[in-house]
Amino acid sequence: MSHATGLQYLKKGVLPHMWCSGCGVGVMLGALVRSFEELGYERKDTVVVTGIGCTGKTDDYLVTNALHTTHGRALAYATGIKAFNPKLHVVVLMGDGDSVTIGGNHFLHAARRNMDLTAIIINNFNFGMTGGQFSGTTPADAITQTSIYGNAERQLDISALAELAGANYVARGTPYHVWELKTNIKEALSKKGFSVVEIYSPCPTHFGKNNKMKEATAMLQWLKESGLPVEKYNSLEKSARKGFFAVGKLVDREEPDFNTRYEEIRRRAMNLKV
Amino acid sequence: MELGRKVKLMQGNQAIVEGAFYAGARFYAGYPITPSSEIAEESAKRMPLLGGIYMQMEDEIASMAAIIGASLAGAKSFTATSGPGFSLMQENLGLAVMGEVPCVVINVQRSGPSTGLATKPAQSDVMQIRWGRHGDQSVIALCPASVSECFTLTVTAFNFAEKFRVPVILASDEVVGHMRENITIPSPGELAVAERKKPTGEPAAYKPFIADEDGVAPLASYGSDYVFHVSSSMHGPDGYSNNNPANAAWRVAQLHKKIEMHREEIIITKTFDTEDADILFIAFGATTRASRAAALELRKQGIRAGVLQLMTIWPFADKKIASLGERAKTVVVPEMNYSGQVAGEVQRILGAGADIRKVNSYNGEIITPQDILKAIL
Amino acid sequence: MKTNKDRCEVILAGSGGQGLVVSGIMLAEAAILEGKNVVQTVSYGIATRGGFSMAEVIIDKEEIIFQQVQKADIVLTLTEEAMEKFQSFADSGTSIIYDSTLLEERRGSNICGYPFTDMAGKLGHVGMANIIALGFMAQKAKMIGTDSLEKVIQERFSGNVMEMNLKALQAGVNLAL
Repeated sequence: MSHATGLQYLKKGVLPHMWCSGCGVGVMLGALVRSFEELGYERKDTVVVTGIGCTGKTDDYLVTNALHTTHGRALAYATGIKAFNPKLHVVVLMGDGDSVTIGGNHFLHAARRNMDLTAIIINNFNFGMTGGQFSGTTPADAITQTSIYGNAERQLDISALAELAGANYVARGTPYHVWELKTNIKEALSKKGFSVVEIYSPCPTHFGKNNKMKEATAMLQWLKESGLPVEKYNSLEKSARKGFFAVGKLVDREEPDFNTRYEEIRRRAMNLKV
Repeated sequence: MELGRKVKLMQGNQAIVEGAFYAGARFYAGYPITPSSEIAEESAKRMPLLGGIYMQMEDEIASMAAIIGASLAGAKSFTATSGPGFSLMQENLGLAVMGEVPCVVINVQRSGPSTGLATKPAQSDVMQIRWGRHGDQSVIALCPASVSECFTLTVTAFNFAEKFRVPVILASDEVVGHMRENITIPSPGELAVAERKKPTGEPAAYKPFIADEDGVAPLASYGSDYVFHVSSSMHGPDGYSNNNPANAAWRVAQLHKKIEMHREEIIITKTFDTEDADILFIAFGATTRASRAAALELRKQGIRAGVLQLMTIWPFADKKIASLGERAKTVVVPEMNYSGQVAGEVQRILGAGADIRKVNSYNGEIITPQDILKAIL
Repeated sequence: MKTNKDRCEVILAGSGGQGLVVSGIMLAEAAILEGKNVVQTVSYGIATRGGFSMAEVIIDKEEIIFQQVQKADIVLTLTEEAMEKFQSFADSGTSIIYDSTLLEERRGSNICGYPFTDMAGKLGHVGMANIIALGFMAQKAKMIGTDSLEKVIQERFSGNVMEMNLKALQAGVNLAL
């Protein structure tokens, strides 16, 4: 069996891409288009919605439908698309700024509403595009261009937030665990309801450089050593989890999505009318 | 609900919803805010029955985003808000301009600044409507003065949005939004309803930003055979990012030109006894009615007064004002704001030497005919 | 009191929750049934209950240009605050009607009190005071036919509630005869 390449979803003549060597966005994009191919997605039925930042540039490389939006609002745009045409595959590509910093409110409510969207989030723990300032997911004490003495704020856990807010599917991956990442993206795309794949991703240019992981390989090494399969991570005592994170599927539920619920309510309204 | 010809008592806000449905709107996303909430309530009640979608979003930022998304999926979509919410919508409203996405935003103006007097009327968003977004943009804005106009101008707003691929702002105010009047709902077909141009050529050759001779490019819907990109970033004819200065110049100019090209069609005005008017009232929205009453009172006293009603507030009715203003000895501009936002535009057109009287109310109270008469007699 | 007018301007004033806006709407709907033009406006504070609240209705055979009442023919007041606000209108010929169950008694030309709430209580529900007042004013000012108001009540309500409201309306009309 030949492996899917996903090339038919990529725009011709734009490679090599713009992302820094060692960045995780390209790996995510590769996993995404391979998933599209394996799931048999048609370009015309697929809409990729992006925000602003390094991850927000992905639409430039795709030949599916696309909507490149404002910073943090991609999920709200995607909500309108999906609500009006539930047949479309709507995929939202965001960074940690888009998804849970400026756009945190939309993230919370897209999950609560259980919109049938797939949110794929490159979490590189800082604002890469603007030069490496701290974001809502920057760890406490980390050094960034706006926290040169250390970050006074605490780190937000995107996956935990997604679970709490009501997402049907949540997984965490890294560009090091590349095959597992594709599996999780495929599962997320296939899942009805709000699905989230959070990808811990290296930003050697900014975050790594400021935090003693200047080489691209150093950040990958960190992801390799700190990322544990979910089962293994869960089997550890709470105190032993420090410095590690779970990789793989974290949440898998079957709650009805917004469109399903809206149709239920519509039927109720129509019956009342008659 | 049948949309037959029927005389009814209806609130302005409700007539806006009726107009939207008449025009074919099937997607509403909004965040309730006084004094626009009846629009959300009526949409929520009726959308499911019409096969449409009502979404109550987490804020006005999301509401604006959702109606743009739905429009690109093929819906005629709208939202309704007031001052604070309209401020929040500005950034995404800019995307609708940049991406040339048809949609309608209702702004039931209330008294500000900031939270201000939530239940009191104002006409103080005139300049925000025109210039509220960063970057130099053109939009269309319409102002109803009665319940009937709430209906008809909402239909017109959707028509302009669809025809010109532009967000259209329907700027009413608390007075017009909450008053009830008898209205005759037009029967289907009585008012023209426009649909956006769809692409017809080879799907692979479709460029969503190559305009036809009328200045407007056909717009496909996500899910059709025409696959396309829309972007908030500067983009080329195909919708993909493009940083070339010549391309940027072409795009920015195009966004303005398509409105300029159709000024005559877009600018809707009404005149009342202006042929021989020595005193010309220039009014819009609720203050039109006080102006008309004042003008009639002046006529009774033998003073030739007339009223120009600006139903389209943006683009501004430069030509009409220039020609009527030339004849008039005195021009009076009553408006519910402090600065004289429309009066300033009138001054720009008629020149510094023109006798322009401003009548302003900014305490949340409406302008009465007596207020106007006091200011000029 | 003026009769058979082409134009009639009414103010209904009291506090939020007294059914003034509904009365205004019903009056306007009845006028539409008679082929007239109407404008009904409201003024209230930031809350929907309590606080000063008023509804205005203009009924005219011709187009209604300015939407606000300019010279009221009749003002209904259901609170002391409303009375204080509009009392002086009586001097220029406006009929001030008040609910004598709720307000201190007043004398003066063009000021008349009627026990609308008391009457409503006797009919079964104090909440129908506004309907009694409506019937009274419509008859007194000769602005709208009783049959039109009956039709509006029949459209809005059904069953027992409709019957009660029709009774209340008639009680108001009889009071003015």
